[in-house]
Amino acid sequence: MSILIDKNTKVICQGITGSVGEFHTKGCLEYGTKMVGGVTPGKGGQTVQGLPVFDTVDEAVAQTGADATMIFVPPAFAADAILEAIDSGIKVVIAVTEGIPVLDMVRVYEAAKASDSVLVGPNCPGVITADECKIGIMPGYIHQRGTVGIMSRSGTLTYEAVWQTSNLGLGQTTCVGLGGDPIVGTSFIDVLQMFQDDDETESILMMGEIGGTAEEEAAAYVKEHITKPVAAFIAGRTAPPGKRMGHAGAIISGGKGTAEEKIAALESAGIEVAQSPADMGAAMKRAIEKAK
Amino acid sequence: MKIHEYQGKELFKKFGVTVLENQLARTPEEAADAYAKLGGKVAVVKSQIHAGGRGKGTFTENGDQHGVQLVKSAEEASQAAANMLGNHLVTIQTGPAGKKVNQVIVEAGCDIDRELYLGVVLDRASKLPVLMCSQEGGMDIEKVAHETPEKIFKENFDPAQGIESYQVRKLCKKLGIEGKTVRAADKFMKALCRVYVDLDCSLMEINPLVVTGDGDLVALDAKIEFDSNATFRHKDLEEYRDLTEEEPSEVRASDAGLSYVTLDGNIGCLVNGAGLAMSTMDIIKLHGGEPANFLDVGGGANAEQVTEAFRIILSDKNVKAVLVNIFGGIMKCTTIAEAIVVAAKSVGFTVPLVVRLEGTQVEEGRKILEESDVDLITATDLTDAAEKVVATLS
Repeated sequence: MSILIDKNTKVICQGITGSVGEFHTKGCLEYGTKMVGGVTPGKGGQTVQGLPVFDTVDEAVAQTGADATMIFVPPAFAADAILEAIDSGIKVVIAVTEGIPVLDMVRVYEAAKASDSVLVGPNCPGVITADECKIGIMPGYIHQRGTVGIMSRSGTLTYEAVWQTSNLGLGQTTCVGLGGDPIVGTSFIDVLQMFQDDDETESILMMGEIGGTAEEEAAAYVKEHITKPVAAFIAGRTAPPGKRMGHAGAIISGGKGTAEEKIAALESAGIEVAQSPADMGAAMKRAIEKAK
Repeated sequence: MKIHEYQGKELFKKFGVTVLENQLARTPEEAADAYAKLGGKVAVVKSQIHAGGRGKGTFTENGDQHGVQLVKSAEEASQAAANMLGNHLVTIQTGPAGKKVNQVIVEAGCDIDRELYLGVVLDRASKLPVLMCSQEGGMDIEKVAHETPEKIFKENFDPAQGIESYQVRKLCKKLGIEGKTVRAADKFMKALCRVYVDLDCSLMEINPLVVTGDGDLVALDAKIEFDSNATFRHKDLEEYRDLTEEEPSEVRASDAGLSYVTLDGNIGCLVNGAGLAMSTMDIIKLHGGEPANFLDVGGGANAEQVTEAFRIILSDKNVKAVLVNIFGGIMKCTTIAEAIVVAAKSVGFTVPLVVRLEGTQVEEGRKILEESDVDLITATDLTDAAEKVVATLS
């Protein structure tokens, strides 16, 4: 098993006629993802990478039976695209777009919460279930089917963690990029719950970063509800306060959201914390050994 | 994007948030004129910089002068402005070098009964904006939040609706606001929430918010920051940007679509992805080095942008070595390799360069570097990269 997506997931791409949308649709097809179509308003009837393009998500769902979407729509229109996907009843909505205004996401988050859809992102690399289905921009070849569930607020840092777990022979079930924005659809806690319930996932590796309190909340949840070994890494120990470190969400403000606070919370929940970004895979291994 | 107090007050006025009359001055003479125009009673001269704590802050050039001064005559106004203009104001938020004061405002005085604090920010836990207030006006609010969080009162609100009257009444009760001031607060707080939503702010602070002797509410300060993701729908706010307040290299980077933050160390970093960029800074520090910057070239950068990134890093005189750490996803290793070759020719690497490549098209990227005559040190993984770059400095 795996979480969120697998080899049967039928995927459309919103924004498929843009160069980025097309490039990654191709990448997903090459990985073996069941891509079934795309949506760009006004461009219905075209074909991209051999896939039919529709004007609306409703049409795409009716014609292809899609149950997941990958969104590359530009920031000014992205909130609308996510709302459309939710309205059409798409089960897994993955928003890759970076730069959506945060007040747009306030509205979108409410809509997602009130629906049966799971929104992942925005500003995220996507979700991949190793050897089955890749929805997003991550390089496929670094993944290897195994037993670690991975979740992260950062894209390339996730690749680093994936690569380390692959090289150590642990491999992954599903990797979820949660996104680097202040408001994202899916939290560490949501994914922790899914990994706990997934029988193939034997251990969980999470990558957090400075800003907000998502890691502290995850730590409290792990303490109460998670029986599988958990390891973590927090990026940004050396980040100065008050400066936004690339991600809109990665900022220490009012003395809150520091790496030290997060690491202390994780450690007090019994989570194995990697001291260096080169130590993430090894930390996972230590957590697994300790649990034996 | 941050703006100045006088600009924030201009916006407040437009939305019906009460502020005091003020005049902008760029010379002592203008300050004296401004004082006269305000009616010649008590006035306050305030330094305009993008940082808080101005009242307690002092100047590097004259340590006994503060960034906000009370004046009672045109001469005093002129003198106060002369004390500030052209000098560097150091506050708890500026760092030791301080910020140069290019302009001041002269503001009418007012009859202060009480000083409160009011702020609007995004509450990341509830995923809604939150209006916060406290009786501890004029204080360092971060300290209040840390030491006595029970003294800060909060109400979340829906951006579409704004804050409701009952929420204002609840806050008034806790703040000890009574009588006709409650009605003033209703108007004031609703208008303020409208500013926050309509202009896509990411932070708004009024410290202090004043209850006057007549029971009215007045914003004595105005700190506003805008959500930089939303600038596309607020073209009119662009004129408020003051480039002299920003780090020149950071402005240059943002023009090139790069995310860059200057730091104090001597190892320049070029990385793709914010999380990996922060982690690269962390691992440099872990191995005894100090990062000179945070630089995320992003996923979609082309060779020209990456070359510009090298130029920005190398223009920092503190940089004694450069570490390139790329885990290609969208970013192809070949793009980085080509940019390194171009940068070596057009900019020239006068300091050691350590390169670690992994991910999309890694073999082709490594080949480009091997076949070039660029003098560099290759690293196989993160630890190797950090050790090697720190070793070049010893």
